[in-house]
Order: sequence, then C-alpha cells, then structure tokens
Amino acid sequence: MALYLKQSAIIFGFSLLGEALNRLIPLPIPAAVYGLVLLFVALCLKLVKVEQIDKVSSFLLTILPILFVSPAVNLLESWEILAPQVLSISLLVVSSTILVFAIAGMISQLFCRKEDGNGNPS
Amino acid sequence: MEILREFTLLPLIATIATYQFGLFLQKKTKSPLCNPLLISIALLIGLMLLTGYPNADYQAGMKTISWLITPATICLAVPLYQQVQILKKHWKAMLAGIVAGTFASLSFILVMCQLLGVGDVLTFSLLPKSITTAMGTALSEQTGGDPAITTAAIAITGILGCVLCTPLCKLFRITHPVAQGVALGTAAHVLGTTKARELSDLTGAVSSLSLTVAGILTAILYPIITIL
Repeated sequence: MALYLKQSAIIFGFSLLGEALNRLIPLPIPAAVYGLVLLFVALCLKLVKVEQIDKVSSFLLTILPILFVSPAVNLLESWEILAPQVLSISLLVVSSTILVFAIAGMISQLFCRKEDGNGNPS
Repeated sequence: MEILREFTLLPLIATIATYQFGLFLQKKTKSPLCNPLLISIALLIGLMLLTGYPNADYQAGMKTISWLITPATICLAVPLYQQVQILKKHWKAMLAGIVAGTFASLSFILVMCQLLGVGDVLTFSLLPKSITTAMGTALSEQTGGDPAITTAAIAITGILGCVLCTPLCKLFRITHPVAQGVALGTAAHVLGTTKARELSDLTGAVSSLSLTVAGILTAILYPIITIL
C-alpha cells in the first residue's frame, strides 16, 4: 500500500511541476508535455528509478485510453458548430490524417531501413 | 431516467463497460474497425441519445477520473526511457518522419482551405488538428480560430488514426515498428499513441516521442505560417 502511495506521489509531483511550468511560461505547451519531458530527463539522469514508479505508471498507462472516452463523447456538444461546414471539415480531417500518416510513416521507414542496414540491426 | 442521474458512478461504470465490450469485440472479430475507443464512444453517444441521459451529467461523472489524464500521459516517459537505446539508433528516421509529417499537415490544410475557400476561422481551427488538444486549442485561439471546432477536429483525427492504422500501414507498406510509431504519433497525437501501445512497447515509445516533438514543432512553425 505504502509503495503505491509513494509511487503516486512521485508521478503526481511531476504532474504538479508540469502544471506550474505551464502557468509560469507563456507558451502553448500543456502541463502533460512538460511533465513527460521532465520525468524522462529525471529517468535518464537516474534522479528517479523506474522501480520507484513502475507499478503506478503501468496502471495509469493501462487506463489511459479510457480517460480519452469522455472528451470524445463531448463531440455531441460540437455538432451544432460543425453542422454548417460538416462536409469541408470531414473532407479535410480525413484526407489530411491519411496524408500525414502516410508521409510520416513512409519517410521514417526509408531512414529506418538505411539505419538497420548499416552494420548493427536491432 | 431521473433515478439514473442519482448514481454518480454510472458514467464511469458505463465507460469501462463499453470499453471492455470494445476490447472483447476487437479480440473476437480482429477487425481494425472494431477499435475499443471508437466502440465505447459510439455506444455511449448512442445510449445517451436513446435514453436522454444528459451529456453534462456524464461529463460531471467522468470528472472523478478525468483529472488523471495529465499524470497518466506523463507516465509515457517510462516506456520512452526503457526504449531509449533503440530510439537513439533511429533518431534520424524519427526526426525526418516527424518533420515531414508536420510540414505536410500544416501545408496541406493551408492549401486545401484556400482552394475550398472556407475562410480564416475554419483554417486556423483546423491547422493544429494533428497535435494534442491542450496545445491545439491554445494555438487555434491565439490566431482567431474556434477552439470548439479544433477540439472536435483533434478528437476525430485521433479516433481516425486508431481505426485506420492497420489498413493504412498495409496500404503504404509501413511495417517497421519505428515508422508505425512515427506515423501514429505525428498524425494522431496521444490517441494514436494508445493504439501504438497496443502494437508494441517500441511502437508506443516512438509514438509518444513523436507526439511531443510534432506538438512542439507545430507550436514553433505556427507563428511563421500565420504571417503568410
């Protein structure tokens, strides 16, 4: 029990740090991005060890998809705003998502193949 | 109906139940269209329209856990750290994919909006649609877009990325786990990352890195684009 509390405290601590930076720095960067970067740096510098947060972080990562259900259900509210331009919006959203997916994926695969080819494949 | 609104945990239980049902369908049918997130959202919207259960009550009920979004997203740093050796090896591939994808996203929407003549408000609302909500709405608002349209476009983009991932990877022959992660993270932000985590630990790690870099890159490019 104490273990879970300690692990939660560390993770919520980074969350709080992220919130603070988000308030202090006038950039459109959300608390979660600051927190993610800070926790990653802390792990790399061994200020925090994976064993100190592993249990709670794997639980939170498991429930992460469920946390996005309610913001998406909120789409119900935007119907009136979207309705007048629904055709152009759907066209743009669908086509650009496919385009970005294809370009990002294919370009990085091109480089991956080269990097795998150079001696030490993973 | 009225009695249903008395149960404060009902929205949470309904969300978990529909998501579990989605997972079950995904396992049974193995169809990419059976994405648990999509099924849960569709079922909940359907149920609410059917029973007249107010969305406001549902949202209020979900507040009990939705504050976990920030700490849970931060935890993506853990798999990122665990995969850091492979990421180091492929940093060029990731950077190239993310930069190309972000440029493609911004320029495609700019050009298409001009061609369709949809006006500045819609253009600036849709421009940040591939990045995470908190960032996208902020950028949209700053430039005179409508944050409500941006929020909706970002959510739809994320769901699309999850649902279309398997067919698109097949169609464009994107088979390398690193490339799949870059595609999901760059095109479909954190929702795409939840899909990437289903595929493998490495894909998930690459995707979370991609969503972070693509988001920051968009924020940097945004002021330049809005001048044009």
